[in-house]
Amino acid sequence: MYDFEFEKPSSISDAITLLSSEEAMPLSGGQTLIPALKQRLNAPSKLVSLAGIPELRGVSVNEGGMLEIKGATTHAVIAKQASSHYPALSALASHIGDPAVRNRGTIGGSLANNDPAACYPAAVLASNGKIISNKREINSEDFFQGMFTTALDEGELITAVQFEIPTVANYQKFLQPASRFALTGVFVAKFDSGVRVAITGASENGVFRWSEAEALLSDNFSPSSLDVLTFSTDGLISDLHGTPAYRASLIKTLTKRAVIAAK
Amino acid sequence: MPKVNITVNNNPATGEVEGRTLLSTFLRDIVGLTGTHIGCDTSQCGACVVHVNGDAIKACTMFALEADGATVDTIEGQANADGSLNVIQQAFQDHHALQCGFCTPGMVMSASALLKENPSPSEAEVRKYLEGNLCRCTGYHNIVKAILAASGQEVSAVAAE
Repeated sequence: MYDFEFEKPSSISDAITLLSSEEAMPLSGGQTLIPALKQRLNAPSKLVSLAGIPELRGVSVNEGGMLEIKGATTHAVIAKQASSHYPALSALASHIGDPAVRNRGTIGGSLANNDPAACYPAAVLASNGKIISNKREINSEDFFQGMFTTALDEGELITAVQFEIPTVANYQKFLQPASRFALTGVFVAKFDSGVRVAITGASENGVFRWSEAEALLSDNFSPSSLDVLTFSTDGLISDLHGTPAYRASLIKTLTKRAVIAAK
Repeated sequence: MPKVNITVNNNPATGEVEGRTLLSTFLRDIVGLTGTHIGCDTSQCGACVVHVNGDAIKACTMFALEADGATVDTIEGQANADGSLNVIQQAFQDHHALQCGFCTPGMVMSASALLKENPSPSEAEVRKYLEGNLCRCTGYHNIVKAILAASGQEVSAVAAE
């Protein structure tokens, strides 16, 4: 990989200042970024490590009743500390990558990367979540803008993520065993106001909501509610792991499984 | 070049590194501890697993400068004080949990992290925990058996499967 300057600030404001320089990039857990650097897919002049910033770590419930996870919190910590507040999210975090990856990788890094097969985007979107940056709050609907594309500006940093806590929820991940990402993943979250269903790993435009399923499940939260639906193959990913028809079938099956397993 | 100070197996280690120097490179080329193996260098195989501040991580996917000030434990620090094999290492030998041995340092470091977290894991839990460690020789059965044995559990049932 190309060389770069390494900085490790101890506050968000210092990190923002360092990130304002030409070709600077934030480094959170590095579990995607470091492999990308090795392949020379990125060539930052400066990497700004977020690992030394205490205000970027932690899991808590805020005064509005939302689960708030700071941006540089690792998957391993989320799996442990979110379990009593939001078991489905904790379970999702505990199945990302492998144990060593979970000890480094962070939620903010994953969301900023917005891999179309990543797990967290489905949880954030299904939980009507908010991305908090150093500048603003971004609703999940506006944040995810397609494959590897988000609403973040250059030099803008995810400082926290907020989740509405559903009454019951479940995430079903159909594992692509080599990458350990979701070949397709479905997050179902049931709130008093209705059901939200978010799909990852399936669409060429990244994570999305399945509104037809949401309407039927809000009416009757039962897997049989979905029998009348057929998911269209338009815009679904086609690769050596699965055809669009295969993914369309997975979407429906996994959504049913999530409804059955939701608690 | 920036300087990095890391406590490796209870000994201070210092070196000048580039920003891009990986922890695995620092351990092998600067500290001279070549037990941390680089198999894939892409975070897949787990031969480079070490503990940083007690957590298992892949040393090929962390920069040396990220570990500045940290405590790092490698395979070289695992033996007992008198130089004899520790419980996990001895179980690997007893149960023939290695053939070529290339993956073994990472396997032992992952096993030690698992048993610290979960002192009496089930066979399924051992297999799940080893998802990030690849072995091309053993087919994993004897590795799983060795880790269960190291946790003090009866392993004959596993061998029969």
